Amino acid sequence: MKHARIRFEGSVHAVTVEADNTVRLADGRVLGERQVEWLPPANGSMFALGLNYADHAKELAFAPPTEPLAFIKSPGTYTGHNQVTWRPDNVEYMHYECELVAVIGKPAKNVKRENAMEYVAGYTVCNDYAIRDYLENYYRPNLRVKNRDATTPVGPWIVDAAEVPDVSNLKLRTWINGELKQEGTTADMIFDIPYLIEYFSSFMTLQPGDMIATGTPEGLADVVPGDEVVVEVEGVGRLVNRIVSEADFFKNNKA
Amino acid sequence: MSHALHDVANGTVFGVALNYNGLLQQRLAEFEKPPYKQAPVKPVLFIKTPNTRNAHGRDVIHPAGERLQPGPALGVVIGKDATRVSADDAMTHVAGFTIVNEYSLPEDSYYRPAVKAKCRDGFCSIGPDLIPVSAVADPHQLTLKLYVNGAVVQENTTANLVRSIPQLIAELSEFMTLHAGDVLITGTPEERVDVHPGDLVEVEITGLGRLANTIIAEPGEPA
Repeated sequence: MKHARIRFEGSVHAVTVEADNTVRLADGRVLGERQVEWLPPANGSMFALGLNYADHAKELAFAPPTEPLAFIKSPGTYTGHNQVTWRPDNVEYMHYECELVAVIGKPAKNVKRENAMEYVAGYTVCNDYAIRDYLENYYRPNLRVKNRDATTPVGPWIVDAAEVPDVSNLKLRTWINGELKQEGTTADMIFDIPYLIEYFSSFMTLQPGDMIATGTPEGLADVVPGDEVVVEVEGVGRLVNRIVSEADFFKNNKA
Repeated sequence: MSHALHDVANGTVFGVALNYNGLLQQRLAEFEKPPYKQAPVKPVLFIKTPNTRNAHGRDVIHPAGERLQPGPALGVVIGKDATRVSADDAMTHVAGFTIVNEYSLPEDSYYRPAVKAKCRDGFCSIGPDLIPVSAVADPHQLTLKLYVNGAVVQENTTANLVRSIPQLIAELSEFMTLHAGDVLITGTPEERVDVHPGDLVEVEITGLGRLANTIIAEPGEPA
């Protein structure tokens, strides 16, 4: 089953997703994909992996890491399916990153690799945008690159783990305005999901709703206002996002 | 954690590293070299995940085989969402102040995110109380003292912050909203010390009280 969170007529609902991306509310109402505002399907911390595909590490001129390179995102950076993300004015390079995300279902501490998958509730997709102009060599990739308002689309939904039989063999693809730009497979991950759960849980407790964003393969490209960016993980979901200018974003979202 | 503090400070905990002049000056020569290549331009930030939250009077687990260091800090609790606020308006978004003890493994390098050093369970003690902004005459003139078993082992003052509180709120809120309930750890001073199982660790800040924790051994670690 697919589970999502949406806002409709001012209220937030936990819904299940049915054929043609219609959503069913707890009270039985069924709404179309375009009738609702899609929210991030989970709200825990996100542990995002850098350089977790050998080809991508090479693309960025890094040797593959020998220990996971992880950074943290907080809920303020998440946004949902069919929402907008802003490109700051006067930057040279903002790129998408299509990623498979494992969603934790129960507290995980000192979990061994062989038991790790019992702690995964399901999977979702994220687009881990980065603004490379803002990279600094302190806690790299730093929050100004990776934890910006509404700059991490997540969703559209969480698909139950049982419905993804082989998570280590899924195609990842990104399109800009319909043109295929990035293509890879989760088979090329350096540290796989069981490894990552064992790794994190060896020194901390992963919480229900926490997410592990497992990194992106090669094939990055710049995005600009007006672009429609679609990231898809085979068998998990297809997450749509549109780039807007800084001025447009803050005109419509000023707190 | 007091009831009031617990109810208000329930958001994301953001930390600022290298925000004490003494600490930054010590490292500047090193920061000109690889992998850093230049001194930090913008605030150096990290996130203390929710599992790190801890409170006054509670235990902190000393991880087996590691070195554990307290990080005394002034905590700023956000009271009203702050998106792109100016330094002049920043304090109107603050609910109040509290004490944070930002526990960490020692940081030899600042190059990569310090998840393993900083995100362990119970590594962010917050409390004992939320002190309203109006009760603190000047948050940039507060003495921080770290006590281990009653003796002062580290002392500094918020007069030595590299960036002031309004400046931090302005620079952070330029790209990410600080939400009501978020906590900003304004930095920990140089000369962190090691603590050991059995130690009573307290942070005292002028006018904010004293935040106490006891260090205990990880199950299986010899005391």
